[in-house]
Amino acid sequence: MPEKTAEPEKNLTGKTTAAVPVPAAAVEAGPAPDKARSLWSDAWYDLRRQPMFLVSSLLILLLVVMSFAPGLFTSASPRDADLAAHYLQPPNWSHFFAEDWLGYDGQGRSIYARIIYGARASIMVGLGVTILVTVFGTLMGMMAGYFGGWIDSLLSRLTDVFFGIPFLLGALVILTTFENRTVWVVILALAFLGWTSIARVARGSVITVKQSDYVVAAKALGASTSRIMFRHILPNALAPIIVVATIALGGYIAAEATLSFLGVGLAEPTVSWGVDVATGRSQLRNAPFTLIIPSVMVSITVLSFLMFGDAVRNALDPKLR
Amino acid sequence: MGRYVVRRLLQMIPVFIGSTLLIFLMMYVLPGDPVRALMGDQAFDPAVVANIRKDLGLDLPLWQQYANYLGGLVQGDFGTEIVSQRPVADIIADAFPVTVRLTLFAFAFTVLVGVGLGIVAGLRPNTMQDRGLLALTLVLISMPSFVLGFLMQYLFAFQWQLIQPNVRDSENFGELLLPAIVLGSLSLAYVARLTRTSMAENLRADYMRTAVAKGLPKRRIVGVHLMRNSLIPVVTFLGTDIGNLMTGAIVTEGIFNVKGVGNAIFEALIRREGATVVGIASLIVLVYLATSLLVDLLYAVLDPRIRYA
Repeated sequence: MPEKTAEPEKNLTGKTTAAVPVPAAAVEAGPAPDKARSLWSDAWYDLRRQPMFLVSSLLILLLVVMSFAPGLFTSASPRDADLAAHYLQPPNWSHFFAEDWLGYDGQGRSIYARIIYGARASIMVGLGVTILVTVFGTLMGMMAGYFGGWIDSLLSRLTDVFFGIPFLLGALVILTTFENRTVWVVILALAFLGWTSIARVARGSVITVKQSDYVVAAKALGASTSRIMFRHILPNALAPIIVVATIALGGYIAAEATLSFLGVGLAEPTVSWGVDVATGRSQLRNAPFTLIIPSVMVSITVLSFLMFGDAVRNALDPKLR
Repeated sequence: MGRYVVRRLLQMIPVFIGSTLLIFLMMYVLPGDPVRALMGDQAFDPAVVANIRKDLGLDLPLWQQYANYLGGLVQGDFGTEIVSQRPVADIIADAFPVTVRLTLFAFAFTVLVGVGLGIVAGLRPNTMQDRGLLALTLVLISMPSFVLGFLMQYLFAFQWQLIQPNVRDSENFGELLLPAIVLGSLSLAYVARLTRTSMAENLRADYMRTAVAKGLPKRRIVGVHLMRNSLIPVVTFLGTDIGNLMTGAIVTEGIFNVKGVGNAIFEALIRREGATVVGIASLIVLVYLATSLLVDLLYAVLDPRIRYA
């Protein structure tokens, strides 16, 4: 993608902030209008003007706070079960943010509390898988793209092999073998299968950047391989990788919920929206809210990350505008 | 062309072997023992278990087990289930047509509605209908299929009682309609967006301006010049998506109780029936590889600049 390599000098002079997952946020206020902007400050400049970005980052911020400090939102416990008093008690829509706001599930537990505490599993899986996949996929793709030759052939075939395994099927096979499925097991299983798309994008991106003049110049000046790879190529090849990673994040959250729903993802006593959908399933006919409310939460979360990813892509890839 | 196809087919062999090996390893290396699962909660004699393992060849080194399995597979022998003693080929023959039918149905829905919506939006970028479509597809993408599935099931089956909540006759297209829509909706959203973006981009291309300047009828400009060029990324996506649809069917089949591959895989996984899982997975990998070859060949049809020597 030629647009991205068009202003390499500026990128090399400092503000590359390469390793930060959302680099745009790290660059400070927009530069002076007549100064040449780097891709990242340009993207940040664009992002701040997108309503979709503002809305989605607020939602994500809320979800992240929810997952780290659920006590701020509710004093009820997600595991307190009072069957006698609250069995399938329907939502009380006027009691905003009270324990009985969203009703009680088939075991007499507050659905509102379970929604709040369930955020942690989704956010952790989403962020965890994305970080692992991005780091590993980028390394693989960078090695394949930079060294070429037999290393490229080998790594690309390996990527093909993993890519050939359907994601959901592979995750099912791995996860059924684990008796005790914690969040970490789910993260590792999804990351094990999910790195291929990042590796492919990274490889393509590195091959494009490798041919730029500044890389040739760095080589001619005798820079070491690792310096060329991490200081010159990586920062300039990062944009498409970040776009794919942010968009995939929502997908991983949906995958965790789907697997938990199928009974092979997270399991009780972990509080997870997917688990709640699975338990609410038997009540679909007489108490649909036990299933619909956690489903809606999953959708809202995935939607926030998708919108975020879309906004980042619009900012980083001017061609798509 | 012929040589290209042969080369591609040869390249597929290591990928196919690699993918099946990986699934095989996941099935057999990770903990979980089919013989142990066979015993259930009963007390058992370790000698009996060892004997059964020996009969089944489960005591052999792993590479030998894999070689045996692959050897059988090449001869069309998928192995036999341990508990039911049914040949895996039978199970596949029962389950596969159901899922293939569901997948093709969903695929047809995806192509027709997805491309259709994409064209409607892409021809007039940044209008109301374009933004509406973008919002609709965003909502569809953000709904995991089980959410959409339950929503549809609740509304259509329980609330309005228009359909049966479960599919009883998998050959009845009327009953498969709702599961197919649920299965296809995610791909539909992607296809609509891709078509839309690609068309909106190509609208500004030089050849479009030339076609308009030449005074060609609009039908020809859109139908031949624009469509042919815009559909290339869509075709790529659709090709790789068939495999995803087949695995996505696992969830949809679970919701609507369709007795297809998803159902078979699920039962096999719980009983740790390696042969069944690996057999079905290999077939899905094969479908995926075949469709990606087909896509590459379709490129040459859509883009005359691409020629395979």
